[in-house]
Amino acid sequence: MVVANPEALSVKHSMRRSRPNRGFRSTGMGWLFAAPAVVILLFFFIVPLGYSVVMSTKNWPLLGTDRPTNFPDNYIQLSDNELFMNSLLFTVKYTAIISIILLTLSLGLALLVQESKQGTSGILRTVYFLPVVTGLSTAALLFLGFLNPTVGPMTRILSFFGMEPDWLGTPNLALTSTVMMMTWRFAGFYMVIMLSGLQAIPQDIYESAAVDGANRINTFRYITAPLMKSTFSLCLILILTGGMVAFEQFYILTSGGPDNSTVTIVMTIFREAFSQFEMGSAAAMSVVLLIALVMMNVLQLRLVRKDESGETR
Amino acid sequence: MKRSRLQLIVGIPIAGLFLGPILWVLWGSVRYGDGSFTFNNFSRLFEYGEGLTTYVINTLVVVLITVTGSLVVSLFAGYAFNRIKFKGSKILFIGILSILMVPHASLLIPLFIWLNKLHLGNSLIGLSFVMIMYQLPFSVFMMRNSFESVPKEIDEAAMIDGCGRLSIIFKVLLPAVRPGMITVGLFAFLAAWNEFITALILLNDGTKFTVPLMLVNLVRGDFGSIDFGALQAGIVISAAPCVALFFVLQKYFVGGFSAGAVKG
Repeated sequence: MVVANPEALSVKHSMRRSRPNRGFRSTGMGWLFAAPAVVILLFFFIVPLGYSVVMSTKNWPLLGTDRPTNFPDNYIQLSDNELFMNSLLFTVKYTAIISIILLTLSLGLALLVQESKQGTSGILRTVYFLPVVTGLSTAALLFLGFLNPTVGPMTRILSFFGMEPDWLGTPNLALTSTVMMMTWRFAGFYMVIMLSGLQAIPQDIYESAAVDGANRINTFRYITAPLMKSTFSLCLILILTGGMVAFEQFYILTSGGPDNSTVTIVMTIFREAFSQFEMGSAAAMSVVLLIALVMMNVLQLRLVRKDESGETR
Repeated sequence: MKRSRLQLIVGIPIAGLFLGPILWVLWGSVRYGDGSFTFNNFSRLFEYGEGLTTYVINTLVVVLITVTGSLVVSLFAGYAFNRIKFKGSKILFIGILSILMVPHASLLIPLFIWLNKLHLGNSLIGLSFVMIMYQLPFSVFMMRNSFESVPKEIDEAAMIDGCGRLSIIFKVLLPAVRPGMITVGLFAFLAAWNEFITALILLNDGTKFTVPLMLVNLVRGDFGSIDFGALQAGIVISAAPCVALFFVLQKYFVGGFSAGAVKG
């Protein structure tokens, strides 16, 4: 039965008042209170997103008002665009490296300091987390100086051992340096997430394992690792997403060099837009990146959900 | 091997690696080339470009608008999502969370053009609104959960006492959701204070640059030589408020990160 009379509704509502945790029902009021959020969402997210899709179907120079539709040329040309394809390969390579390093290191650090918030563990936690509070661009600038052969200490220290690496001078070292900086900046962040995962494991499981005489390796393999799966995949998705949109760290540390060896996808997008002035094809690149990321996220969420539903508690 | 010994052998050397760059930059910021103590590196920043003061004020303007905006928007939206049942609330919430999935780079190209049409191009206000948008999923999620932990009987009791809806929010609920507000404000501050790419793309007038832009310009030096002393001083200035907030608001940091982890 449809109740058209609002008074009847409110009576119904007041009858239910004794039941806790029921908000009141008012569509107008709801949208009124959410209105500021809706305005931000609409004007600074949905409209630009739509814009992006429209731009990607046009030949859209940065200057000038003639913007003929050329769909699907911007997309088709991407596979012929050597810079784009190279940057895609490089970004995937960088993402793979940083994922492996960050995941292992942050899990290791978490296991090392999981015991307590006090004493050595507490101090170590704070130290590992400290770089996380600085901005990414600040951290990159810090390493630019730290790795500099004349002012930074790194080259001087290594020259004791007969090595004088030019940290940003060769493609491999430039990538290594950036990975080093990102590890320094983010290991503590993922350590904190891993710690919250570790703390969610009930202590009595460990106790009964100890009673059964399980050693540390077996305890990790059969208890910690399986129960950390969802924390692990959460960290993985964050690292993968972050890796695929990498820009600032390379822009500041390597400027994409040497010889364009460290140009990422996002860097290519910005160069296409603001150096080549091809807003249309830059938009097409960003739409492709967006679709790839959404697919990655959805796939990952599916896998995690499936895992959790299969778990017995 | 016991964990305490493992901490000594592995943990402390790693801690040294983490602290090394920080100590180096602190030391270098107050040092002349010959090793003597100086504040000269800091004072050179006041003469660089438009002067440090201008860049700090610009950044603080963005911080102020972003923090205030995020607090207002998420307070009301959090209230709506937790206390009011309304048609379309689910789809709206998913819409807000979907901001997380879209890379900022994909939005910046169209935003660059679209903000010009709104007369918000090359402006600190435009930049701030984009920052509020970046923070929206975190802020709204955080505030919705904060309201969740406040019993709804409190609203009803206040309503019976004759309070209006707005005065319930501001007088009764606001004190109860204060921890959530502090977390939202803290993360909005950090995001706005440190943002680089968005400022790089949206601002093109040197008088409007923020601190991170100034620092990067410092290393893109005009004559190929970088003033590393000034750079180190700038890094200290840029990191100092973040580190100070970390030590003062440590528990909100961890709370915010674990909430962020759940939402991710």
